[in-house]
Amino acid sequence: MTAGPVPILAEGLTKTYGGFTAVDGIDLEVRRGEAFGVLGANGAGKSSTMRMIACVSPVTAGSLRILGRDSATDGAAIRARLGVVPQDDTIDGELTVRENLLIYGRYFGLSWKVLRERSARLLEFARLEDKAGDAVGTLSGGMRRRLTIARALINEPEIVLLDEPTTGLDPQARHLLWERLHRLKQDGVTLLLTTHYMDEAEQLCDRLVVMDAGRIVASGTPAELIARHTSREVLELKFAADERQVMIDKCRGLAERMEELPYRLLLYTDDGEETLAAVNARGVRPRTALIRRSTLEDVFLTLTGRSLVD
Amino acid sequence: MTVTANPPVRPRHGRPWTMVERNLMIYRHTWPVILAEIFEPLLYLLAFGLGIGALVGHVPGLRGDVPYPEFVAPALLATAAMNGAMNETTFNLYAKLTTDRTYESILTTPMSVRSVALGEVSWALLRGTLVSTAFLAVVSAFGLVHTPAALLVVPSALLIGFTFASTGLLVVTFLRSWQDFQLIQLVMLPMFLFATTFFPLNVYPRPIQVFIEALPLYHGIELTRAAFLGTTSAHLAVAVAYLALLGTAALTWAVHRLERTLRD
Repeated sequence: MTAGPVPILAEGLTKTYGGFTAVDGIDLEVRRGEAFGVLGANGAGKSSTMRMIACVSPVTAGSLRILGRDSATDGAAIRARLGVVPQDDTIDGELTVRENLLIYGRYFGLSWKVLRERSARLLEFARLEDKAGDAVGTLSGGMRRRLTIARALINEPEIVLLDEPTTGLDPQARHLLWERLHRLKQDGVTLLLTTHYMDEAEQLCDRLVVMDAGRIVASGTPAELIARHTSREVLELKFAADERQVMIDKCRGLAERMEELPYRLLLYTDDGEETLAAVNARGVRPRTALIRRSTLEDVFLTLTGRSLVD
Repeated sequence: MTVTANPPVRPRHGRPWTMVERNLMIYRHTWPVILAEIFEPLLYLLAFGLGIGALVGHVPGLRGDVPYPEFVAPALLATAAMNGAMNETTFNLYAKLTTDRTYESILTTPMSVRSVALGEVSWALLRGTLVSTAFLAVVSAFGLVHTPAALLVVPSALLIGFTFASTGLLVVTFLRSWQDFQLIQLVMLPMFLFATTFFPLNVYPRPIQVFIEALPLYHGIELTRAAFLGTTSAHLAVAVAYLALLGTAALTWAVHRLERTLRD
């Protein structure tokens, strides 16, 4: 890849709606050709961040440069080089599958000749060749999402923004989508995606940030985040309902950190076997016990707290 | 997919014409809708012009005495131009703004809110031209047209379309829910019935005449009627200015309001 300007560079990026601060002064640097993830619970400020980067929502404060240009003054020129996959389905329901690609390309000022060729290629990429002439109302959720991604590629963008790309899809559809995103990355496209699926972040992202209440609370590679913010292993215990509280009390002090979930007790430890032995030695009899490696999910829960955020 | 082949896309202010292309693409599937739009004024013409016209006879005072169908036909054309334009930028646009969220994806491209708005108004005008031309052709076939000046009803209808498409665009930015469309009807229907569509201004007492003269449709009808009957008067300049000003002001304000809601 040529060493052009930094694809996305944000400093002190802030977005307020009325008196509500959705994004609270975040710094971001996304490098060329990488897949960068923004993790966070609902309402953490992910979508507001994405909308500012997509140059559809003005920045309240701070600076935001996309591909070396200022988002405040060069919005249209930046948008010409971005591909946007919004969280909600915004496929044009009045048009067929192929027409969706064609007319979207026209918004970028591309010629019909170029668009006929590109739309054929993208239909193939999205595995929608057989659906080209169909009304979009007949597509499944996975097909609609693939069409949205194909549509975002019509201008051959240098950066593709994906806001929760696989939310609501079944496992097969997700895996197919991940495979397509890997292909894009191999072709040198910079990907910026939000997700609240930790497995998705581990699958796709080279680097990521975790957002909570409009701020960045952690950043790094998935492996770095796990090493920094959680233990190596996790011991998961399940108890019968009637003796749950007694058992939990008995476990106190056995691990560096302990998390009570409604159905499980999590003990964060560097050696799961050893901790399990200690648990047994105290006379704790869990119904099931599972030792596993820490995942991004543990990092996420540790950093953003377990309370349900709406 | 290779990114290296990225064509240099010039930053442009936006292409309103693309919105027209989108609408044309949709109308390839749903073209009979436009036939219905031509049919409606023709039905009114049959019912009122010919049916009631047989009882009324002539309307005195304009270019001598005008047969009733020829009095009503241009007014129906003006009304059709108004309704077609308003429907396009209120009903259709509200659906695109709310349920379909069409503009959300369009505005992630280099298209600006302004070019989207101008594009939708242009489309309403194109449709209006089609409908008014077809209507004119049909009434000529009925033998109601006696002057080549009648061709001027097409640009007149275009101006009416511009005024009401822009007004509709402004109105739609104030709507809170689908129920509010009742309020639009509450204004549009009386205007259609009383803005000299079916009887001349001089049937009203003077204070009501002043009120009628303030209505945009009244000026629209004055324009199309003058063209259709081949009459001229100083008032026509006022009518043109009124409609052009109202349309431009509404469009400017509407774009400003749309910018605020769509780029929040």
